[in-house]
Amino acid sequence: MTAVAADPTAEAAAGSGVSVGVVTFPGTLDDRDAARAVRLAGANPVNLWHADSTLSGVDAVILPGGFSYGDYLRCGAIAGFAPIMESVVAAANAGMPVLGICNGFQILCESHLLPGALIRNDHQHFVCRDQDLVVENADTAWTSDYEQGQTIRIPLKNGEGGFVATDEVLDELESTGRVVFRYQGFNPNGSLRDIAGITNEAGNVVGLMPHPEHAVEAGFGPESGGGIDGQGFFSSAVRTLVAKG
Amino acid sequence: MARVVVEVMPKPEILDPQGKAISGGLTRLGFTGFGEVRQGKRFELEVDGEATEEVLAQAREAAEKLLSNPVIENVVAVRVAEDAS
Repeated sequence: MTAVAADPTAEAAAGSGVSVGVVTFPGTLDDRDAARAVRLAGANPVNLWHADSTLSGVDAVILPGGFSYGDYLRCGAIAGFAPIMESVVAAANAGMPVLGICNGFQILCESHLLPGALIRNDHQHFVCRDQDLVVENADTAWTSDYEQGQTIRIPLKNGEGGFVATDEVLDELESTGRVVFRYQGFNPNGSLRDIAGITNEAGNVVGLMPHPEHAVEAGFGPESGGGIDGQGFFSSAVRTLVAKG
Repeated sequence: MARVVVEVMPKPEILDPQGKAISGGLTRLGFTGFGEVRQGKRFELEVDGEATEEVLAQAREAAEKLLSNPVIENVVAVRVAEDAS
């Protein structure tokens, strides 16, 4: 008989003193993976509920992937007006690090924290693959532990991941360094200019379609590559917050 | 009881993969008389009482704020339903 190993993520959840809220909407799927990624980065995940009106004193917020409110109306449209989002928008505008992954990215666009919108994949199919990304901006709250120009491989899974915006908005994003990630090798969803993730002007709000929280522990992420290329998101936020004090 | 109808369409310059899929379906079924298809949305908002100008103004605001996303969609109509039932 082998003893059941203690949850390795519990041990890591120690020292930083940083707490990161993970919002669960009805239909959210990846909240537990996001919380686990936070724990592995040495911070405390705090579960937040869509109907909450406060952020319970957290230092950062993650809007995880899934199908909030069943993707009714448009992906992220109903969640964008959920009670918790009033606090998230206010905190984001005051500089709190906020990360939106997949459906979370759609919610950030629908709540106008980020420009543009996500539409159905151009090839009409749901896509699920290990995706290479180039880190185009290693200067945000969520990417400072990466190198500019570094290639990372993390899972991607979406049906409506095509990033679109007007040419003026796209030009502005490019000229101000606000394209944070670009698809490399293959554009999986028809996103304009191969854009996989963007940030706001201040660099504290980041949204992307691929899933870093699924690539934080060896053996559980992509089999090719290191499998842990997503760790940098969470360690970056912890480091940013610890540095701030 | 009046109803306000709101119609929303994807912007012409935005790709409409749903419309593309429907177009393929039409061709497969032998409906060869049609070219491109675009799919939009129709909302029916029930009104308590008369559909006054004020109610219509509210519907227009709701259409811009929630029922459509101005980045990818146009509100093409906000009107009182003719068949008041």
